[in-house]
Formats: sequence, C-alpha cells, structure tokens
Amino acid sequence: MHLALFLIFGALCVAGALNLLLQRHPINSALSLIVVMSSLAVLYLLLGAEFLAAAQVIVYAGAIMVLFTFVIMLLNAGREERTRGSKMAYVIGFPGAAVLLALLAYVFISHSGDFHRVHVGEYVVSTAALSGVLFRDLLLPFEVTSILILIAILGAVALARKEH
Amino acid sequence: METGLFTFLIVNLIKIVVVVVILLMAVAYTVLLERKLVGRIQNRWGPSRVGPFGLLQPLADGAKLFLKEDLMPLAVERPLYVLAPMIALGCALTSIAVIPFGANIQWHGVDLFQISDVSIGLLILLGITSVGVYGIALSGWSSNNKYSLLGALRASAQVISYELALGLSLVGVVMRAGSLRLRDIVNVQTGHSAVAFLHWNFFEGFQFVAFFVYLMAAYAETNRAPFDLPEAESELTAGYHTEYSSMKFAMFFMAEYANMITVGCVATLLFFGGWSSPFGHFLSGSGRISTAILAVFWFVVKVFFFLFLYIWVRGTLPRFRYDQLMGFGWKFLVPVAIANIVVTGLWMGLRLPVH
Amino acid sequence: MVPISWYLILSAILFSIGVAAFLIKRNIITVFMSIELMLNAVNLTFVAFAQQWHMVSGQIFVFFVMVVAAAEAAVGLAIIIAVFRARSTLNVDQIDLMKL
Repeated sequence: MHLALFLIFGALCVAGALNLLLQRHPINSALSLIVVMSSLAVLYLLLGAEFLAAAQVIVYAGAIMVLFTFVIMLLNAGREERTRGSKMAYVIGFPGAAVLLALLAYVFISHSGDFHRVHVGEYVVSTAALSGVLFRDLLLPFEVTSILILIAILGAVALARKEH
Repeated sequence: METGLFTFLIVNLIKIVVVVVILLMAVAYTVLLERKLVGRIQNRWGPSRVGPFGLLQPLADGAKLFLKEDLMPLAVERPLYVLAPMIALGCALTSIAVIPFGANIQWHGVDLFQISDVSIGLLILLGITSVGVYGIALSGWSSNNKYSLLGALRASAQVISYELALGLSLVGVVMRAGSLRLRDIVNVQTGHSAVAFLHWNFFEGFQFVAFFVYLMAAYAETNRAPFDLPEAESELTAGYHTEYSSMKFAMFFMAEYANMITVGCVATLLFFGGWSSPFGHFLSGSGRISTAILAVFWFVVKVFFFLFLYIWVRGTLPRFRYDQLMGFGWKFLVPVAIANIVVTGLWMGLRLPVH
Repeated sequence: MVPISWYLILSAILFSIGVAAFLIKRNIITVFMSIELMLNAVNLTFVAFAQQWHMVSGQIFVFFVMVVAAAEAAVGLAIIIAVFRARSTLNVDQIDLMKL
C-alpha cells in the first residue's frame, strides 16, 4: 500500500516537474508545478508530517501558485520565445543538471544502508507537537519570520504600486 | 482495525456513493429553494408549474442542461477549458469527505456518518477551498474572452484576500477545542441541559465575532451576493463562465451550490454545535437508531438555516463596489479576526490555570 | 515499506529538474517557478530526514522555508510586475541592464 502510493505520487511529481521543464507556456508550467506540490503533500503524509501536508496545499498550492497564475493572467504572458541566451543555457543546463543528479544519487545510494525504512503511522508528528516546539523553543525565530512577512508585504506594495 | 481491507473498501465505497448522491440532490433542491425564496422576496411565485409546488423543477432543469448543445468556442485553450469546470466541481464535492453529519456510530468498525475522520479535518477543508479557485481562474483565462478574464481576475484576487480572514476567524474555535478534528470541535460544544445551545461556540465560546467574520468571508469565498463581483451580470455579462454552455456550465453551477452547502456545514460544526440537539435531551433520541436519525435531523436543520440565510442575504443586499470589497476584506475583516484571536487567547489564558 | 533513500533520490531528481529549468527557461515567471520547485525538493529532504531521525526540527525547518517562500513570492512577483511595466517583456535575456 505504502509502496504503491509512493510510486504513484512520486511518478506524478517527476512527470509534473518534467512537464514544467518542457511546456513553453507559463500557465501550463504553473499547473504542472501545482501537480508537483499536491503530490508532495501526499508524500509528506506518508512521512508522518500531517500539518505540513495541509500547509503545503494551503500555502504553496493555494496561495503562492494562485499568485503566480494571477500574475500570468494579469500580464497576459504568452509563449516564451527562444533567444541567443537560451542556446548557451541548453549547452550548460542539461549536462549540469545531469551531473548534479548523478552526484546526489551516488551519495544517497552509497549511504542507503544508513537509512531505515518508513513504516506508515510509526512516527507521526501531530499538530500539537509541532506547535509545542514552534511556540515554546523557537518563539524568537517565529516572531522574526512574522517581521519578515511584514517587510515583504511593505516591499511588495511599494514595488507594485504605480508611480504618480 | 478489526475489519478486513475488502469490507472496509466496500463499505466506504457505498458510503461515498450515497453521500455524493445525497449531496447532488441537495444541490438541485437548493437551487429550487433559492428560486422559490427569491421569488417570494420579490413578490412573485417562483417555479410552480412542474410537479406539485414546482418540486420537479430541478429534474426539468437537469434534463434541459443535459440536452443542450455543448458549444466549444473556436478561440479557447481547449484542454484547460475542459479541465476548469472539472476542477471546480471536483473540489466542491471533495470537501464533503471530512464533514461529520451525525453522531459517531460505528458499524463493523466503520464510521457511518462521516466518510473519513482525519485529525487535520479543518485544514483539509481550507486546503480544498483554496485549490478550488483554480477552476474559476483557469476558466476565465482559457475562455479567451475579456469578460471571462476580468471575472477570473476579480475572483482570484477576492478569494486570496478573503481566505486570510476566513482562516483567521477559525483560529479562535480551534484554540477552544485544542484540536483540528471536526468531531472534537463538535464534542466541545455539546451539553445535556435543556439550554444546551448555550454551550455552542457561538455563545459560550464568545465566538460570535468570529462567526460573523467567517460568514462574510465565506460568502466572498463562494462568490455569492453581496460579493458576487466575479459574475456581476450588469458589468461582465456572466463573468468567468460566459463562454460555457450545457453540462460544463452546469458543473460550475453545481460547484457553487455545493460550496454553499459546505459553508453551511462548516458553520454548523464550528459555531452551532454540529449534530447535537440544541435543547439537551429534547429530541435527541433514546434508542440507537433514533439517536442516529435525530442527530442527522438536527444537522440538516442547522445547515438548512444557513442556506436560507444565504438566499435571504442574496435577495436583500446590493452588490459591493470592487474597491469597497477589497477595503472591507483587508481593512475590516482581517483586523477584527486578529483581534478575536488575541481576545480569545487572553480570555483562555486568564481563565485556565497556568501550569 | 519504502526506504528513506528513495525519498531522497526523488528529491534529488526534482531538484535537478529545477536546476535545469532555472537555466533553460527564458520566461522570468517560469524561472521563478523553478526556484519554487527546488525549494520544494529541499523540503522533501527535510521531511524525510525528520522521519529518519524521529526529530521534529526537520519539519520546523520546512515550516520556515514555506514562510520565506511566501514572502519571496510576494516580493518577487511585485518585482516582475514592476519590470514588466518598465520593459513590457518577460524574457530574461532582454532584462539584462541594471537600469531602466
């Protein structure tokens, strides 16, 4: 059951990411990214992170990506055209990414003996446990992030307003 | 789990089919209810020809929508144009999965009155609502029509803005229950005295401010009057579904009403004691079967009240102007919701012993 | 029973695709989206390691990454809108001057 779910949603993740890479229209890329994020939420559930799974859907798929699609619709972004710079990127991009993948996969496989296997339900972090750590031990960083958000709001408003 | 996987799957499948069928029937009759009530508010009869009191009108509407020609405009972005109504309806129907609509009665280890009892039920509801906006956004964009695009832009901006107030208004309730599981939230509110309704979050929890914030944010979230700017017919023809016809239009229509029902269910569960009887043991049943049936009865009555309120508001209030809508959401609802969290926190902190 | 290393390899695949998309895509919005993809891949690693060591801190990290990603998306999209107003293009090759 766990294996089947992992394979289905892992395959969805990879397919969505590849589609993001291959589609030439930004709105299709945005949709495939939403698929990746929602499948990741399921994987988080399998890994026992229930609050993060919900937060992934609400924050990433429901807020950040809505902003992206909103901006794509607002600016009426069309298909991207190929330019001189993109040839260079093709030459460097694909081999670079392949080397990175090979390196990471090599490290993970060579250490695979150190990792144990996931049993669903064996270790589940409840929302209460997560908030206990967040609001007791890490209160200061939490408050700092709220200031970060505030500054980001101010910055976004200042940047996006029309100049008079 | 004492039951086998097979029985579990079969019983759950039957449960899902039954719930979806009932939900779709409820959607159809909510449309009739709306037409009847708005008719009465406007001093006319509403549908009265098909069947006794017009009761068969939903069937006639359904048949009409099925038989209409399914137009595919030439300039649309075809895959997304087809996908958009499916996303809208899919999200609207999925959210019913975590809603408990009766007391926790087990049969062979399967909860009979809830499809799945998850510990983050409330968050899942919020997540599904926030994904539902893609249906509207994509329909507007893929229709390749300026009215649709404007409607979709309005809808996405409105939904993102009001989602904040919606989420913040529910925090007080969650703080009081100490759980995100919907059954736990209801159990906090049940009492056995004759005035059990005083235990509801609306009264005892002093969450009536949160309730009104929730109600207004939810009306905006479901694009209903007085926040129905995405489909304002005097400005945008029909907004995001201008280019849609036949069943695709019907899917948007059904999604809107299913969302209304979900909002009614959530308001009932979070603020009005869910399926518990408002008068303690009065009409709460004595035997097993009567308890089960009466729990569902109270739940339906409360949800019906919210649907009635929806339609009443629609028949009464004029539409907002767009800048007023944004100002109302950001400058009024969000601060009030945050103040409600602070006050609830202080009240709980002072009332409970510190340990 | 899935080994943790499978999750890590999945996250490596996603991260590499994100890197490739970041280098290859020419639309500034898509470039920005590939950054989000990379962040998501790293988040998966954090959650996997939280499961491996049975520690909550990995999940807390993901929480903070999400907050930062939200802030980043708000500011980044505002910058994109400002750039589009000034240049009326979204192609990164044509936005290579540091002045208007």
